[in-house]
Amino acid sequence: MTSEQFFSLLQGAWGTLVLSLLTFAIGGLAGLALAMARISPARPVRVAAAAWIQLIQGTPLLVLMGLCFYGPNIAGIGSVPALLAATLAMSIYASAFLGEIWRGCIQAVHKSQWEAAECLGLTRWQRMRQVVLPQALRLATPPTVGFAVQIIKNTSVASLVIGFAELSYNAKVLNNSTFQPFVYFGAAALLYFAMSYPLSRWSLALERKLNASRR
Amino acid sequence: MQVAAETVVHLQSVHKRFGALHVLRGVSFSVTKGQVVAIIGKSGSGKSTALRCINRLESMDEGQIRVCGNQVHDAGLDKRALRRDVGIVFQSYNLFPHLTVLQNITLGPTSVKRMPAAQARELALDVLARVGLADKAGSYPEQLSGGQQQRVAIARSLAMQPQVMLFDEVTSALDPELTGEVLKVMEKLAAEGMTMVLVTHEMAFARNVADKVIFMHQGQVWEEGGPEILANPTTPELRQFVGNGL
Amino acid sequence: MKYEFDFASVLAQWPLFLEGAWTTVQLSFLATVLGFVLGALCAVGRGSRYGWLRRLVGAYVEAIRNTPLLVQSYFLVFGLSSVGATMPIMVGAVLALVINIGAYTCEILRAGIESIHGGQIEAAECLGLSHVQILWHVVLRPAVERVWPALTSQFVLMMLATSIMSSVGAEELLGVANRIQSDTFRNFEVFLVLWGLYLALSYLMRTGFWLLGLMVFTRRRKLGTPL
Repeated sequence: MTSEQFFSLLQGAWGTLVLSLLTFAIGGLAGLALAMARISPARPVRVAAAAWIQLIQGTPLLVLMGLCFYGPNIAGIGSVPALLAATLAMSIYASAFLGEIWRGCIQAVHKSQWEAAECLGLTRWQRMRQVVLPQALRLATPPTVGFAVQIIKNTSVASLVIGFAELSYNAKVLNNSTFQPFVYFGAAALLYFAMSYPLSRWSLALERKLNASRR
Repeated sequence: MQVAAETVVHLQSVHKRFGALHVLRGVSFSVTKGQVVAIIGKSGSGKSTALRCINRLESMDEGQIRVCGNQVHDAGLDKRALRRDVGIVFQSYNLFPHLTVLQNITLGPTSVKRMPAAQARELALDVLARVGLADKAGSYPEQLSGGQQQRVAIARSLAMQPQVMLFDEVTSALDPELTGEVLKVMEKLAAEGMTMVLVTHEMAFARNVADKVIFMHQGQVWEEGGPEILANPTTPELRQFVGNGL
Repeated sequence: MKYEFDFASVLAQWPLFLEGAWTTVQLSFLATVLGFVLGALCAVGRGSRYGWLRRLVGAYVEAIRNTPLLVQSYFLVFGLSSVGATMPIMVGAVLALVINIGAYTCEILRAGIESIHGGQIEAAECLGLSHVQILWHVVLRPAVERVWPALTSQFVLMMLATSIMSSVGAEELLGVANRIQSDTFRNFEVFLVLWGLYLALSYLMRTGFWLLGLMVFTRRRKLGTPL
């Protein structure tokens, strides 16, 4: 492998990171909104949010990417930049899963905490913000960090329908010209591993700490 | 001429350490065939550990244990052969929750003794009848009360037709009104001639049913004798223990 | 400029869609069964008393869980053909899926196995059961019952991920859709149809797993409570 080729892989890795961060930020905000909707006192909101999440979780990410890439055509928009389409698709995908994770964590905060806060005279939003969410945050951190690993891996799908130039795409291009799959895909795998593994370990450490403190 | 009863369980100078903690400091006692031996003592006296050494759930550091011809202290012991001779009932019953009562009882005979299913079923129903639960054969453990579950655990052990049965504080986890049904079953087993070694806090049972009472203190057999030692303790420690218990 | 939907030309290709869906079902079925077996073996290996086996399985699981399925597939399929070990595309695809899902199944089963109370294993030992008998009767059967929902979700996600196998040439649903797209140029409509088909497949798969669970786990069927 020449240094140029390696640099191409690094550029791909950068594309992976950028897409991952954008997805986490936007998908995270949307996920939070979905989580709130899932526990809303208004039944239609709850049902709609649940249905939407079921829908997204039953869709392959690749299909979602296709819809986001070709969808804007119906609104008359011409071609969509790859990064935009990929971010849109992945954010929708991530928001559904993160929303479910966070809803579970919010509901796991003991009911007695809710009731105690209510008895102190706090409004629903105050209860949320000051009592429940901080505790839910602690519970939510290990699985959220774990899902960040999923996001990084899922960015590889953007190389297919959309053709976004992230790590898998660049590795495939290099393989197409050199026919050395073990070298280039192996290197790509190592780079993915280098990005993911520290997060995996961190998630595990967080979970252990959480279990220890809850005893 | 009195023929000496056959010794089925014999402990000789058994020592056991858990790390720095010297739990058993030279425990020696024997059990003859058909005898009912109650081991009593404060928590931490080593009584459960001594019991668990008998069927090699715990290994020992020094000493010898012989059970029905098995050399339990031997590092190369065939544990499965030993456990065909010694059954045990645990404080927390440890029934298999995903199996019915009947399946819990037939699992041992069919898997270990290769008994045909029909024969195992008959054996299981017979043993269930002995503990008074023949109508619960198709139930799952979670549908039963604690006392019923413990009786099933006794039946499960009985089905393997052991020569000796160990009972590790089997009523301690039960609500008071449920201990009676379990103790009645154990009394019946004793009357039928089963060799039993039990760790227990039930002083009345020890007084009325046991042939021998062993009081353990600080990892040793502190006092040993018939049930009368509970009424007339020799050592101050047993006097204090019995005084507190009553 | 208003976009004109043309579903007719896309839906006319329904035999092709069906073929693709059938390939997806076949891939998923094989990968689920073989992946489950691999995962179960690894889960048992993870708890083995042999340190080298635990570490080996651990390394396999970490390698798979921290790399994308796409790269694993490229590595395996293109890698093997580059050293002359050519195989039918379906075999390669199933292989990649099995190796991938085996690692995730291992972790799920591991959690199930560890949830089995130590006291039950002690009780089984004291009845005289052998290690293998204990593993089967007392550990694995209740462990699988306990993690059945998690396994279901995992295998459904994998079925959705078979769409990635189009990248190594598998003619599953997405692969077939690519062909239809190049013929009809109605990309958006094709993806909408795909969406509907995958939703139907995931619903069918979930129902299938639920029914299978009820059939196999008698206790669950009779009592309705979780283990």
